[in-house]
Amino acid sequence: MNPALVMLSSSTLVNLSPVDLVIIVFYFALVLAIGLYLKEQANTGEDFFMAGREMTAWVAGLAFLSANLGSLELMGWAGNAYKYGILAAHWYWIGAIPAMLFLALVMMPFYHICKTHSVPGYLKLRFGPGSQTLASVSFAFMTVLMSGINMYAMAVVMRVVLGWNIHVSILVSSVTVAIYVALGGLRSAIFNEVLQFFLIWAGALLIPILGLVEAGGWSGLEAKILANLTELHVSNPGAYTHAWSTLGNFGDNPMGINWVGIVFGLGAVISMGYWTTDFLVVQRVLAAKDLRSAKLAPIIGAAFKMMVPFIVILPGLLGLALLRDPHTGNLLRLVPADLAWSDAGQAAGLHSFDEVLPLMLARYCGPGLLGLGITALIAGFMSGMAGNVSAFATVWTYDIYGALINKNASDQSKVTMGRWCTVLGVGVSIGTAYLVMNAQSIMDYVQALFSFFIAPLFGTVILGMLWKRATPAGGFWGLLAGTLSSVGMYVWVKVDPGAVKYVALSSQAQDQAQNMFRALWCWLICVVVTVVVSLVTKPKTDAELADLVYGLTPIPQEEKVSIFHRPVFWAVIVGAAFVALQIIFW
Amino acid sequence: MKSGGSLSIWFFIGISLAVNGAVIFARGIYELVSPPEHQVVLYDFHANVWWGGLLLILGVFFSLRFSPARERARMSGNS
Repeated sequence: MNPALVMLSSSTLVNLSPVDLVIIVFYFALVLAIGLYLKEQANTGEDFFMAGREMTAWVAGLAFLSANLGSLELMGWAGNAYKYGILAAHWYWIGAIPAMLFLALVMMPFYHICKTHSVPGYLKLRFGPGSQTLASVSFAFMTVLMSGINMYAMAVVMRVVLGWNIHVSILVSSVTVAIYVALGGLRSAIFNEVLQFFLIWAGALLIPILGLVEAGGWSGLEAKILANLTELHVSNPGAYTHAWSTLGNFGDNPMGINWVGIVFGLGAVISMGYWTTDFLVVQRVLAAKDLRSAKLAPIIGAAFKMMVPFIVILPGLLGLALLRDPHTGNLLRLVPADLAWSDAGQAAGLHSFDEVLPLMLARYCGPGLLGLGITALIAGFMSGMAGNVSAFATVWTYDIYGALINKNASDQSKVTMGRWCTVLGVGVSIGTAYLVMNAQSIMDYVQALFSFFIAPLFGTVILGMLWKRATPAGGFWGLLAGTLSSVGMYVWVKVDPGAVKYVALSSQAQDQAQNMFRALWCWLICVVVTVVVSLVTKPKTDAELADLVYGLTPIPQEEKVSIFHRPVFWAVIVGAAFVALQIIFW
Repeated sequence: MKSGGSLSIWFFIGISLAVNGAVIFARGIYELVSPPEHQVVLYDFHANVWWGGLLLILGVFFSLRFSPARERARMSGNS
């Protein structure tokens, strides 16, 4: 899309009333007030970067979930539900729940006991400075780039949906984030993430409730989707409302994926990598006040994550069933963003997949409710950006500045560095946003690049935690080989599209399916290289690995509490609910 | 969670829900008296009235339950 064309576009999806603006302005005032209030409690490194490690399980759990629940996530997955049907819910169920429970019960004790400030910090303790540097530099670099891309994408959406000026959107939102994170540090970011969690549910929950009323319940929704897709001559329309039954063959579902890609690529690698090693989310749990809270936090996050499809996936499906052109009465067919936001698409009044959530919002929500829904989207964007920036500031300060540049930095100088890094991170993000504005193709490459690091990092961390024979050389070369192989496969498919049948095992594989299989292969390569190199290099002694590796880390006994306060009890409950959902929507 | 001061995060959330709920509820009442020209789908459900009212009640509950005065009293009781 040419940004200039978007800016010239006169049609907007929704029109805000003064009541809506009051709600939006109140939100900005509140987050700034929170930042100012929390400034006094962010004086030490532990306060600024780890929120004093005093978060309760509920706060850490909701922040853990909210850091991932950005507005692009909401709109993007609602759009994916419209595009791929209920298959998109896998990214909230098998693509999250097992990994969150695994983090809680298996990995959290190691992170918590070694008192690391970051995931690269754990790699330093376990594998040495080489792995730490590789992981921290790539994470810091990609985090601010992603923050900028998200900033730009959100500003474009604000322009298309609301008609707001793209530059004003970028400036106002980023300056607000810079102020409240630089003042209050991680605590401020977490406060706003929890606030955002409530705003998102308050702003978005009405859509599925009213949508199901209009559609005639779930059975009515299924019948309408079937009828609409049959009218549009879509093959196998029943696949849009079944999560598993069409995953036997690549060609039976709209995503072009099979159960191997979903279970192993998404569930076992990408999801595990993201939810257990991406510092953006893990940092929230590291701020928990004790081990029991640290273990409960991801379980609480998982319980709510399971319900997010109700406000994200269901609106996408409702759009498929209910949206019609207001002028002709014909079915409204949403299209890819590049087509919808091109000059021809704008002239024809086309809407992109990602606009399904705002379209449904505008369908049911009048003045006031509309403002709350838009505030939820803005809050999601700002809190996602705050998450990126606070994680960047921590990794930069501890794993790059403190480890490579000034090893004797005092605690106070780290706090000062953290505040400046926050401002710098926002500045670089703004720069990236404008870079992307002038070179759209960069967005695809950078988003793919980010995913390159997640899967191999999980391979390195999990081997480091569970296999004491893994050596520093094995960890470093495994991580490097996994990352480079992922980049290599991506480039291979870009240069030769026919290679997709080797990388994703099917020439019908769509982008998401390619991501799943690429992650699976590069994780396997990381693990194999780590194992092979470790077997021929010298391992660390048991004494050096104390508190870092399974079998050499005494896990503290939990205090004597009732079964209802034990993490494992709630993990079983959440796990059972997860299985029940899969059966219900099979 | 305590912030280190006397204001809980839940107090801020209560304030946010209460203010938003009050604005939405008031707008809903206004629309009952003076229906808008362009109505949303399922307008007759008057979602802004009951949803705004629900948010207002929740917000007031959180604001009072975690008010600075109660938090100070609770902290002094613990110490």
